[in-house]
Amino acid sequence: MSAPRLDSLSVGDVVAEREFSLTRDSLVRYAGASGDFNPIHYRDDVAASVGLPGVLAHGMLTMGFAVQPVVDWAGDPARVVDYQVKFTRPVVVDPETGALVTVVAKVGALTETTARIDLTVTFDGSTVLGKAQVVVELA
Amino acid sequence: MSVNPELQGRVFPPAPPYLVGREKVREFARAVFATSPIHLDPDAAAEAGHTDVVAPPTFPVVIQEHTLAQLLAEPDAGIDFSRVVHGDQRFSYSRPIVAGDELTATLTVTSVKTLGPHAMVTASSEMLDSSGAHVVTSVSTLVVRGGE
Repeated sequence: MSAPRLDSLSVGDVVAEREFSLTRDSLVRYAGASGDFNPIHYRDDVAASVGLPGVLAHGMLTMGFAVQPVVDWAGDPARVVDYQVKFTRPVVVDPETGALVTVVAKVGALTETTARIDLTVTFDGSTVLGKAQVVVELA
Repeated sequence: MSVNPELQGRVFPPAPPYLVGREKVREFARAVFATSPIHLDPDAAAEAGHTDVVAPPTFPVVIQEHTLAQLLAEPDAGIDFSRVVHGDQRFSYSRPIVAGDELTATLTVTSVKTLGPHAMVTASSEMLDSSGAHVVTSVSTLVVRGGE
């Protein structure tokens, strides 16, 4: 797929937006794929025993899917050369209704060869990732 | 038990080489809701100029699990796993990971800071391919909550 043209981008442009619907199944699938079997991500009793409001999504799962709209926009995952986040709030995944997480990807900065895409990742009215920045090489 | 400040600067022996499998890349890609065919379909990846499917940007966490396990198992580290919270994470690539890569990761503890009863440990896993060329560095900050 062809890459977006750098000269067509301006800081502040929204390049992608997507909603992700997580269920407990998503967490079990991610546990298996990643090898992170911490039981706070699938057992209510363990989550409660360490004072959590419920079973939480893996921070790395949220980081993992939040970049996908940018990968699709960039056209090739190989164009993502740097990706960082801070984990600021947990995503609680209800056993029945799951959790709905929204990702908005905006141009944060441009250089001669790269676009920095800043992600706003929201759950239940609050952002859950801080300084979520993806550097995409476009030239 | 508290985090040993002398961990700062410690370099661990390289973890055993990790062979990136095509089906593992696909399994991980599905688990992070990836839709790009370049993660899933070898033909689409070849069309884009890659030798096999390309791993999602956060895939190195699978390999980082092995290096962080070395750190948590270090007898004098003083890190209680049940008190660890992931603070931040970064991946910096020299080239993408593709299925067939054999990656060797070496962990360095780049910083240990204490904040009252809590500690923040930053660990960097540098991943090289079988020719010794740099592929990606994965940097993780773990927040270790102090005892009550």
